Amino acid sequence: MCLGVPGRVEAVWDAGGTRMATVDFGGIRKEVCLAYVPEVEIGDYTIVHVGFAITRLDVESAQQSLRLFAEIGALDDEFATDVLEHQRPDDDRPGPSR
Amino acid sequence: MSGEPLDIEGWTCPAPLRDSPTVLLGHGAGGRLTAELVEHLFVPALGGDATALADAAVVDVDGVRIAMTTDSFVVRPRWFPGGNIGALAVNGTVNDLAMVGAVPLYLTAGFIVEEGLETEELGRLSAALGAAAREAQVQVVAGDTKVVDRGHGDGVYITTTGVGLVPAGVDIGPTRAQPGDAVLVSGPIGVHGVAVLSVREGLEFGTEIRSDCQPVSSLVADLRTAGIDVHVLRDPTRGGVAAALNEIAGSSRVGVEVVERAIPVPDEVRAACGFLGLDPLVVANEGKLLAFVPEHQADEAVAVLQANPRGAGAARIGRVVAEHPGVVVARTGIGGTRVVDLPLGEQLPRIC
Amino acid sequence: MKYLDEYHDPDLAARLLDEIRDIVTQPWSLMEVCGGQTHTIIRNGIDQLLPDAVRMIHGPGCPVCVTPLEMIDRALAIAARPDVIFCSFGDMLRVPGSERDLFAVRSQGGDVRVVYSPLDAVQIARDNPDRQVVFFGIGFETTAPANAMTVHLARREGLRNFSMLVSHVLVPPAITALMESPTRQVQGFLAAGHVCAVMGMREYAPLVERYRVPIVVTGFEPLDVLDGIRRTLVQLEEGRAELDNAYPRAVSMDGNIPAQAMVRDVFTTVDRAWRGIGLIPDSGWALSERYADFDAERRFDVSTIRTQESAVCRGGEVLQGLITPLECPAFGSVCTPRGPLGAPMVSSEGACAAYYAFRRLDAPAGAGHGGGP
Repeated sequence: MCLGVPGRVEAVWDAGGTRMATVDFGGIRKEVCLAYVPEVEIGDYTIVHVGFAITRLDVESAQQSLRLFAEIGALDDEFATDVLEHQRPDDDRPGPSR
Repeated sequence: MSGEPLDIEGWTCPAPLRDSPTVLLGHGAGGRLTAELVEHLFVPALGGDATALADAAVVDVDGVRIAMTTDSFVVRPRWFPGGNIGALAVNGTVNDLAMVGAVPLYLTAGFIVEEGLETEELGRLSAALGAAAREAQVQVVAGDTKVVDRGHGDGVYITTTGVGLVPAGVDIGPTRAQPGDAVLVSGPIGVHGVAVLSVREGLEFGTEIRSDCQPVSSLVADLRTAGIDVHVLRDPTRGGVAAALNEIAGSSRVGVEVVERAIPVPDEVRAACGFLGLDPLVVANEGKLLAFVPEHQADEAVAVLQANPRGAGAARIGRVVAEHPGVVVARTGIGGTRVVDLPLGEQLPRIC
Repeated sequence: MKYLDEYHDPDLAARLLDEIRDIVTQPWSLMEVCGGQTHTIIRNGIDQLLPDAVRMIHGPGCPVCVTPLEMIDRALAIAARPDVIFCSFGDMLRVPGSERDLFAVRSQGGDVRVVYSPLDAVQIARDNPDRQVVFFGIGFETTAPANAMTVHLARREGLRNFSMLVSHVLVPPAITALMESPTRQVQGFLAAGHVCAVMGMREYAPLVERYRVPIVVTGFEPLDVLDGIRRTLVQLEEGRAELDNAYPRAVSMDGNIPAQAMVRDVFTTVDRAWRGIGLIPDSGWALSERYADFDAERRFDVSTIRTQESAVCRGGEVLQGLITPLECPAFGSVCTPRGPLGAPMVSSEGACAAYYAFRRLDAPAGAGHGGGP
């Protein structure tokens, strides 16, 4: 029920008392209502659902999540390499298999 | 919820259309509903083999193989970024002929005009149609005009008949796909559908995307000149690549496997599909072709397509297998598997 | 698209899947609540990639599947009126009512239009002052602020020819109902990320406490869903039950305060009969008295519609995870995406539709076990 995509706020204006914006989604531009995200400014990213911005995207948090994903399994890789090299000395293929 | 045993026999009915007393919009969308209408209503009345319907018919007249096709154009809005109903009428018809390997030669154009349409607009559409015909190197040799009462026509509908010649030795058709064949696409997909949606009421959005409406007959000629043994050709119009691949898989009784990361989708198409919740594989194209060629000629065929400006971005996207006949499977971006089903009817933006 | 494409990275997906395989030591049944998450799972083949021991039960978080049948029938009745332009999200057009769907109504002369946003319906109302324009305001808490603001704006503008048919459903009562059921199967939840972006996370803490079940707020891209699954499994394997946020770039504990204020003003909590599940108390939102003059249900007097659900459809048991679609006798024979008996076969997120697409791939003997259909 929650198709919401992130877009970048390109322009902001007032439409009869309601704060509106042009949001860019990878080249597609759509008019979006900003009434629920008064803190969002030009250059910010926001998640848009059915024409309404529902939250400001926390960019730092986004990057941190990606860093965490990259670290998952990294320690396991090192450990597995040692184990495999020890167990199969005649295997000329180094490193763990995925 | 009932716990009693179910009498399924009592539910079966030979006519799947019985639950649709009136024709639905989905019956024209090029997917499953259209297939049903054709198979259960039209073919029984008109004759023909429902499992081998191609984009054009090839008939033999005194030893000369003539390709014939008919098409109708009802697109709304009539003018969209990169095209209009007139140009669409020419290119759509030309491409249907090209898909059976024919050299397109002649077109007819019938106009059903709604009373009240601006004469000036009709003039502009005709000019566009004429220009498209010259670019596609075909002649419009016959036409017809009818006017219907205001409120009965959506502005203008155009119907066409196309005639072409199939060169000797060419045998291209939907039943000819074989396990081992490579599946190619002549360029990026989803462009036309997104262009039209971008100006449709209730969904409008700003974009630089322009329809890919163009004739692809020169691509087919190039493949023939290069000696590529093309088995199947299909232009993925309504229902998109998904519908086209499913139809061919069904007609040839083979399975098709595609790799999503290999399918060229422009960033803007991906973005538009993203916020509307559409799958690019079901979005219409108007200037692309899918080609099934023998594996050993695949790389050469891609190079031939790419050498033609109308084939920029051509790529190999998959292969034909003997397993799961009639089913199209995709390897997803993260390495999973999903079935690419024949779209049901209208493609609807979703919120879910 | 920035902040979207990065969450489709195949190498990172492989890492998350490897980690999941490494930590799982016994079978677990998880439920992703949101239909959008189900879509991601099916669309990317995630259920095929998970180890057999992890079963994903596709939850009732799809408005297509759970919008009460009476509400669909009311929508159909209103849409069939010649004076009405009926506007709806695309999802709802193929949902079967007691006798037909919105597509059929359009075919029989109804003016039914698909819109992307409820604001588009308001524009249609401005452009057609001589017609009544009705918007089908369905969805979960994510969509409620949009619908609420739309009614609020229509009232401010004095748009007399606009009204909304409201049928919102709420997630926490649904989770409660699922956990209260003696036949419950779910051991951990992936909560709906955008519902929580609006409502915050606080409502879920009492559920974690009461039912001792992990609840992980999860996003919608493949890496988000995989990480939500991973975090839930880590908790289960370690015997923990906590509220966790796997979608911090969009979700905070408090949620969106202005949005919550608007929905509190425009809507009021009501009981709702969820299609296929039954009545869940205090599980829906309807227009409040203050906005009664924009309520399409009252304006068009459709409250007395009688409904007739298919006696055969067992979609409710599927929604609760009690049976798989393959165990329903109607599945694939009388009930198919082409002629659905119930909502889970209509929506691309519906469990039945998802299974239907995949059954064509499996050999008949091999269908229905393990991590995939």
